[in-house]
Amino acid sequence: MKIAVLSGKGGTGKTTVATSLAQSLPECQYIDCDVEEPNGAIFLNPDLSQKFPVQVLVPQVDDNKCNKCGECAKACQFHAIAVVKNKVLVFPEICHHCGACIIACPREAVSETKRTIGFVETSRRGHFLQGKLNIGEPISVPIIQDLKRRMHEGIPVILDCSPGASCTVVQSIEGCDYCILVTEPTPFGLHDLKIAVQVVKKMGIPFGVVINKATSDNTSIQDCCRESQIEVLLEIPFSKEIAEGYSRGLLPVQNELWKDKFRKLYKEVKKVQA
Amino acid sequence: MKQIAFVSGKGGTGKSTLVSSLSILVQDKMLADCDVDAPNLHILLNGKTLKQEDYFGAKEAVIDSSTCLKCGICRETCRFGAISEQLEIIPMKCEGCGACLLICPAQAISLAEAKTGQTYVSETARGTFSHALLDIGAEGSGKLVTEVRKNTFNFEENEKWLLIDGSPGIGCVVIASIIGTDAVVAISEPTKSGQSDLERVLAVARHFEIPAFVCINKYDLNPEITSQIESYCANNDFPVIGRIPFDPDVMKALQRFKTPVETGNPRVTEEITGIWIRLTEELAKPTAKQ
Amino acid sequence: MKIAVSSTGTTLESTMDQRFGRAANFVVVDTETMDFESLNNGAAASGGGAGISAAQTVVDKGVGAIITGNIGPNAMNVLQAAQVDIFRGSPVSVKENIAKHQKGLLERIDTSVAAHSGMGR
Repeated sequence: MKIAVLSGKGGTGKTTVATSLAQSLPECQYIDCDVEEPNGAIFLNPDLSQKFPVQVLVPQVDDNKCNKCGECAKACQFHAIAVVKNKVLVFPEICHHCGACIIACPREAVSETKRTIGFVETSRRGHFLQGKLNIGEPISVPIIQDLKRRMHEGIPVILDCSPGASCTVVQSIEGCDYCILVTEPTPFGLHDLKIAVQVVKKMGIPFGVVINKATSDNTSIQDCCRESQIEVLLEIPFSKEIAEGYSRGLLPVQNELWKDKFRKLYKEVKKVQA
Repeated sequence: MKQIAFVSGKGGTGKSTLVSSLSILVQDKMLADCDVDAPNLHILLNGKTLKQEDYFGAKEAVIDSSTCLKCGICRETCRFGAISEQLEIIPMKCEGCGACLLICPAQAISLAEAKTGQTYVSETARGTFSHALLDIGAEGSGKLVTEVRKNTFNFEENEKWLLIDGSPGIGCVVIASIIGTDAVVAISEPTKSGQSDLERVLAVARHFEIPAFVCINKYDLNPEITSQIESYCANNDFPVIGRIPFDPDVMKALQRFKTPVETGNPRVTEEITGIWIRLTEELAKPTAKQ
Repeated sequence: MKIAVSSTGTTLESTMDQRFGRAANFVVVDTETMDFESLNNGAAASGGGAGISAAQTVVDKGVGAIITGNIGPNAMNVLQAAQVDIFRGSPVSVKENIAKHQKGLLERIDTSVAAHSGMGR
């Protein structure tokens, strides 16, 4: 079963939930899809023994064939090519690898070459995976695609997504069997939860909510979930202890009681598949 | 009008909480929510809409079915899987690259501006407020941030301050939020990730020669990292103008749609008031940028 | 020589825009006659690659120099490849910036602002 953990708002405890769940199961694969700021390793301490580059295709121009007509620059919607004073300049970092320049070139002077934008690291048996986007690279989707190609079959897979609700999140949750939406009981958390709900509904994936930093006064989130018939899977209390632990890289599941709660959560989620 | 941008590097450090508190404490100001990917300020600021406009932030391929030959070459060409078997564009996947329209033998495809959200200016009890809401799956950009900031100027009535709630990160959106402002206030928290993101965002402010100040939220959560942040700031000339204690009441206040200064404990209110006093003092110094 | 100044408006009196890629306009001034032409910077409204596109626009106009505030590495590369000189102006009028340039008071920019990741995303 493939379970994605996401949240509209940053800092709500996505990684806490994803890594706690991973640590509570006898066997699973954990994939950190937050390739801009991967933090799962801080909590799970994997032995990352393998590293693979992630490559994309970017244009290269054959100077002998090119007559500097500028059609490629005009075709590129992302302004990744400029043609000035008999020079063609390619800006691979902002290239979206769409191939439009190749089609646009009337002299077949544009071809493609491989370029590394980041890497994927895995533990020895592939139970922990994370991707890292190189500093200065804006496009992370190819790394997420690479991570997802390495998913195991037959054991639970937990995908820790990036915050927000944009294309990287859509890419991460596509094809998952279930989404856990992590929120906090503030108007901000509620607002961003509603956005995340719209995204998963649009993708047609079953989902439930984990309320992190829960207090005695979670009514707004509870009401919202009840009205929309969304299942609240778990509440993690708002406690200075848990927050302090987090700042030092410790998870609540160090405690057996919490481990048990996460196991129950998994059982609940698994029902959906059946 | 002096413009102050509040940024954080890492998300969830308390940026909007601080800005919403200041929206009560500071008089004679306008407000702009430039965290366009996850705007939150409007939730606390109910107001009357003065202006509402569609925002076109992306391009999308459009197939004219009357000229389409149904050859399917576009579908083979598209690298994003954005054209269905029925040869219809799947908007969520279309990158707007235009490869399909270049390859189409019948010239049946064009690129159209796609509406990706809306911008608003509203009149609220705490001042004129500019913000934007994006459609599901759409992404913000420097362009949208620029739009939100520009919208405030059309409604300016000689206010003294513009408080800008910036976005997390260090990318284009952040740069668009801070460029041309009089000061940047970076809100951090004493966690490993909070610390490294703070240093990155301060580097951006320094680069654009904007005076930058630091607030450490929940400073008592990890005294060790707090002191590391403080010595980094001291060594690099970034004044630390606030240390807000960890306080469960902040969250309780927010749950009632209140800012911490309205219902939270006096220590937090005092500290946030102090942040504003120290900031205005720093800006009044002759060394600060005009 | 023709000089392009990134500008918030469309005339010689307009204030220089400190941004290059996302400048609202470029005022292209012929320094001999002080004739000028205003170009709307279409790139300001594009999602990404604004600097490159803006640079292509001014290069296509045949300018010999530009005056702006901050310039990104990509735009810098395009302008350098086209042998356009870049000068750092200040947020005063286009006219004043041109005058300062004529007196040799403007600093030449050789290094761009740091590449910012996620630009345009």
